[in-house]
Amino acid sequence: MVDTPHPNRSAEAGAPMPRTSRLTALLHRSEALRGYLLMAPTLLIMTLGIAIPFLILVAMSTWTRDGFGFDTTPTINNYLRVWTEPVFGALMTRSFWISGVATVATVILCYPMAYYVAFHVHRRKMLWIILMTLPFWTSYLLRVFAWKVILGYEGVINSGLMSLGFIEQPLEFLLYSQEAVIITLAHAWAAFAILPIYVSLEKIDRSLLEAATDLGDGPVRRFLRVTLPLSMPGVIAASFLIFIPTTGDYITPALLGGPDGAMIGNFIQLQFGPVNNWPMGATLAIVLMFWITAVALAFLFLTRALRERLT
Amino acid sequence: MTSPNAFISIQNVSKFFGTFRAIDDVSMDIGRGEFFSLLGASGCGKTTLLRMLAGFESTSQGEIYIDGQPMSEVPPHHRPVNMVFQSYAIFPHLNVRDNIAYGLRKQKLPKARRDEMVDEMLDLIKLPGYGSRKANELSGGQRQRIALARALILRPKVLLLDEPLGALDKQLREQMQLELRALQRQVGITFVFVTHDQEEALTLSDRIAVMSGGRVLQLDTPAGLYETPKSRAVASFIGNINFFRGTVRRNGGPTGAVEAEGLGVVPVPAEQLARPDGAPVLVAVRPEKFALSASRPADAAHAVAGRLKNAAYLGERSHYYLQIEGRDEPVAVSSQNLGGIGAAAGERGDATFWISWSPDSMVILEAE
Repeated sequence: MVDTPHPNRSAEAGAPMPRTSRLTALLHRSEALRGYLLMAPTLLIMTLGIAIPFLILVAMSTWTRDGFGFDTTPTINNYLRVWTEPVFGALMTRSFWISGVATVATVILCYPMAYYVAFHVHRRKMLWIILMTLPFWTSYLLRVFAWKVILGYEGVINSGLMSLGFIEQPLEFLLYSQEAVIITLAHAWAAFAILPIYVSLEKIDRSLLEAATDLGDGPVRRFLRVTLPLSMPGVIAASFLIFIPTTGDYITPALLGGPDGAMIGNFIQLQFGPVNNWPMGATLAIVLMFWITAVALAFLFLTRALRERLT
Repeated sequence: MTSPNAFISIQNVSKFFGTFRAIDDVSMDIGRGEFFSLLGASGCGKTTLLRMLAGFESTSQGEIYIDGQPMSEVPPHHRPVNMVFQSYAIFPHLNVRDNIAYGLRKQKLPKARRDEMVDEMLDLIKLPGYGSRKANELSGGQRQRIALARALILRPKVLLLDEPLGALDKQLREQMQLELRALQRQVGITFVFVTHDQEEALTLSDRIAVMSGGRVLQLDTPAGLYETPKSRAVASFIGNINFFRGTVRRNGGPTGAVEAEGLGVVPVPAEQLARPDGAPVLVAVRPEKFALSASRPADAAHAVAGRLKNAAYLGERSHYYLQIEGRDEPVAVSSQNLGGIGAAAGERGDATFWISWSPDSMVILEAE
């Protein structure tokens, strides 16, 4: 106790307070200090693991490839190339399109599942949730290969449809296409949609739904006016959780995309790999980050505006 | 079918949850414009009955008629009733104005008319200018009023209230009780009010149904319930009361008497004694029906002496506990502190006082 309200107490004790208790007292007094101390490990990892690599990336994007080394003279030439050469823009647009469709598909497919567990399962909810996240128990690569087996030229779908006589020739668009990438991404990221949507639905006070019914809303109108707006935080979180990582994904397009399904992630990987143009890869990574931020912000404003119109 | 002046008619309604009988063959009629309360301890079925009126619970047996229409096939969003929920259920994503106007959307009114109606409601609940507030910026009392306005703006035939004052502190609750009663008279809508607070039910209601174990024990006016309870359960649930074991003494005459432990033989009107000579009964007397005095009152026909065991000073009144001859438990006596005898509150043990009463104040109940 540094400034104890009973000054004569320390006088009674005689000896000055030991140093450790002084530190504890300081911690007790300052809430901010306690907060920083609790944050310290995370803060440290964030600084070392994210901020520093990011700064390296920014620095590298201003360099130029020079044979097998780098010319470290700062220049914005890489950015100009990304801006002017159409291939970069086209790849970027396609990436956003594919992961956008995958995100929307995942959220729309997972919402009913989360809704069902939140409102119609009354016992063993956790078991249901765990079962729904079961695909996540296998490795990502394995899941992608599984889809390759399902969608392939002689895969489960094609041979199934053919043996049933619905089709004569195998459907070629199933594999090595944008559709294949979208289907696989939607399945692979399902758990990231179910969990946040489930949590936000579960949190809705049931008496609000009864109140909406009581005030004359049928099931559909009640869903649009109460359930959906109140579960929007979950939908938004799910959308971000899926959209941001899938935009830069490269495993799925590399294995299932074919030439039409290649995404920006594959291109960045090329720059850091076979092409050996690290500065260009860094530039693309930063431009991608910039666009994801822009799209995310636009999405946020859009949903907010939509929510106000719905209610 | 329904009796002519019944606005809500509940006929032989039962509700099972599995094998549990939540509502057990309940029948009652509620009049138009009545302030009707369902009173009972938690788990007595009062909220289930209210939710059946709203349509949130189906009836397992029997039928509910509102304004002559059978309700069992009518889903909750088409019923001419609105509800004020215990938790108020204010939509957190909407402001006060949109909360109140929520149910109006279906009526396809022009926006100006809708705004006008909301403003009228805000005035009615004495919250003008609160329209743009969000739900989380409101106090409990304000939420309660908004829940009320949101239901009343639809001009329902019946307003259902599920313990709407339970979450408020005592002072606010008493204020809201008066406002609720005034509001009900003003709008003239039938109110069905669920509460476990007997004082609240007595203050507000035209009539009260006391419920227990899914059944209606007694349906009466507040004064009727208090002055002439029909069973021990009702008598002890509403207010405080002393029970005396007694025996019927007919003595062959037209007027009968009961002999109650400690009170002696007291004549009672014959209509209260529908039992044969010597039958055991329970005599119930409210604490405030006893008059307390330091000596035997000269004009009292019935008085007994007792030793003061305990006294509690409650401000406007005091409670005394007197040990009387022939009864194990002390008799509770409540007396207003008008001065004089109020000093008995200061006495400690063994002082002797007299209690006197009128035979009219004795309620004769079935012995258990």
